[in-house]
Amino acid sequence: MSVAARRHPALTIGKYAALAFYLAFALFPLYWLLKIAITPDALIYSEGTRLFPSAVSFDNFRTVVFQTDFLAYFGNSLTVSLATAAITTLIAAAAGYAFSRFDFMGKRIIIALMLITQMFPLLMIIAPIYRIVGQLGLLNSLTSLIIVYTAFNIPFATFLMQSFFDGIPKDLEEAAMMDGCSRFQALRKVVFPLTLPGLGATLGFVFTAAWSELLFALMLISKNDAMTFPVGLLTFVSKFSVDWGQMMAAGVLALIPSCLFFIFIQRYLVQGLTSGAVKG
Amino acid sequence: MGHTFDGRIRQVESQPVTAKTNKNVMPGDTRARRSLYLQYLVEPFYYLSPAIILIGAVMMVPLIIGISYSFQSIELLNPFKNGWVGFENYGKLWGDRKFWIALENTFFWTFWSITFQFFLGLGLAMLLNTNFYGKKLFQALVFLPWAVPTFLSALTWAWLFNPVIGPLPHWLAALGILSEPYNILGDPDLAMWGPITANIWFGVPFFAITLLAALQSIPSELYEAAEIDGATPWQTFTKITLPFLAPMIAITVMLRTIWIANFADLIFVMTGGGPANSTQILSTYIFTTAFRKLDFGYASTIAVALLVILLIYAVILLWLRKKLVKI
Repeated sequence: MSVAARRHPALTIGKYAALAFYLAFALFPLYWLLKIAITPDALIYSEGTRLFPSAVSFDNFRTVVFQTDFLAYFGNSLTVSLATAAITTLIAAAAGYAFSRFDFMGKRIIIALMLITQMFPLLMIIAPIYRIVGQLGLLNSLTSLIIVYTAFNIPFATFLMQSFFDGIPKDLEEAAMMDGCSRFQALRKVVFPLTLPGLGATLGFVFTAAWSELLFALMLISKNDAMTFPVGLLTFVSKFSVDWGQMMAAGVLALIPSCLFFIFIQRYLVQGLTSGAVKG
Repeated sequence: MGHTFDGRIRQVESQPVTAKTNKNVMPGDTRARRSLYLQYLVEPFYYLSPAIILIGAVMMVPLIIGISYSFQSIELLNPFKNGWVGFENYGKLWGDRKFWIALENTFFWTFWSITFQFFLGLGLAMLLNTNFYGKKLFQALVFLPWAVPTFLSALTWAWLFNPVIGPLPHWLAALGILSEPYNILGDPDLAMWGPITANIWFGVPFFAITLLAALQSIPSELYEAAEIDGATPWQTFTKITLPFLAPMIAITVMLRTIWIANFADLIFVMTGGGPANSTQILSTYIFTTAFRKLDFGYASTIAVALLVILLIYAVILLWLRKKLVKI
C-alpha cells in the first residue's frame, strides 16, 4: 500500500482525505457535546447550530455539579464500576489461568457455556433477575448491580485474561515450582507481575462496560439516591428536556472516566481485544 | 531438522519437572497415586468455581426461569392473573402486529448497521495498516467513540438530529435530502436512520480494531512478492488481503450481527421505539414490555422468539461455513 501510494500522488491525496473524513466523523459529535455545554444559556437558541460559540461560559458545569444530584449519581456509578471491575478481574484472572494452564474434564463444556452467555439476548433474563433481586430485598441497592454486572462481564474478561496468560511461557512457573514453590506461590511471585498489563486492560474493559450499562440499572434502580449516572441523566432528560446546556455538561462529565480509562487501555486494544474477541 | 532437535531437548528438560512436582500423572498410574490424580482433576476448579457459581446463579438459572416465564402469565400490575397458561402467550405473539413490525425492523436495523460498520471499519483498518505522520494519535482519536458510554452516544446523536441545537437537520436540508430542517427521529419513514447512524459511529472502531489485527498478521513477504511480479493494488487486495482476512471477517460479522440484533440501548434512548413503532426492534420491544408494562410473561415470550431466530441464524451460518470450507 505505502509503496503504491508513493507512486501515485492522487492516491496520497485520497488517503489523506479519507483520514480527515474518519477523524471528523469520530470527533464531531463529541466536539458538539462540548460546544453546547460551554455555550451560555442565553445564546443557545440564537446560535445553537453555529459551528463555534461566540462566547464561552462554564456556568452549566457549575450548575450541574453544585445544584443537581449528578455528583451523587457520579459517585454511585464510580462505586459500582470500580467494584465490578475489581471483583470481575480477580475472578476472571483465576478462571483464565485455569483455562490457560490446565487440561481437565469438562473444560470444553464450561467454555461452551461461557460462549452461550455471550450470545443469548441479555434482556431475556431482565424479568427473572428483577424478581429474584426483589425477593432478596436488594432492589434499589448498588450491591445488586455489582453482582449482576460482575456475572455479565466474567466470560469476556476470562477469555481476555486467558489470552494474556497464554502469552506467558509455562517454563517460567515450572522453573519456579522446580525450585520448590507451590503452584500458588509460583503464580503470585512469577506470573502475577508479568500479567500486570493484562490485569490493567481487563480492569479497563470491565470498568467501561459497567460505567455505560443502562437497561438493567433502569430496571433495578428507581430511587433517586441509588441512581447510577446513566439512569440519572436519562431521568433528567425526560424531566427537563430543554435544559440543553446542563444536560450536555452532565454528558461531558460522564465522558471523563471512560476517556481516562480508554487512554490507559488504548495501547492494549489491538492485541488484547482481538485475542479475546476471536474466542469470545 | 533443527526444529525436531529443539523439541527433543525441551522434552528432556521438561521431564524432571513433571516427575518432581507430580502434577502430571501418566495414564495407567492412577491406581498408585489416586489422591494425586484426583487432585489433578479437582485443582482447576479451585480457580474456576467463583466464575462458574456466579455465571450459573446470575445468568444460567435466570435464563431457564425466563424461558419458563413465557408459559406463564406474570403481570406485576395485575397480580390476580398470574399462573401457568401453556402456549397462550405464543398464540398472542403470532397475532401481534407489533411483533411482526418489530421483526422486520430488527432485520433492517441489523443489516444496515453491520454493512456500514463493516465497510467503514475495513477502510479504517487498511488506512491504519499504512504509514503516515501522527498515526498513533490518529488511531487513539478515531477509536475514541468506542469508549463513549452507549447512553451518551445515543443522547449526543439525538441532540445532533434536533433542529434547535443540532446542525444535522440544517445540513440535510441544504443537501436537499430534507425539504426543511426537521427532526428525522420524529418521521416514521426516516427515524430508523437516526439510531443506525449512532450505531455506525459507535461500532466502526470495533471492526477496525479486529480487522487491523488480522491485517497485521499477513506476512509482508507476500506483498513484496506480488510487487515484484507487478501486481496492481487491486489485485493485491483481492488476491492476498481478502483471502487472508476472510476467516476473521466471517467470525466477526457473525458475532457482531447477534450482538447488534440484541442491542437495545441506542434505540431505547433515542426514540423509545417510536414514532408509531417505526423504530421498534425485538430487543426494545422486550425491554419496554418488561419495564413499562411490567408484563414479564409476554416480554419473556418475545425474548424466546428472538433467541430462536438468532439460533436459526447461527445454525445456517455454521452450515454455510462447513459447505464453503469443503469446496
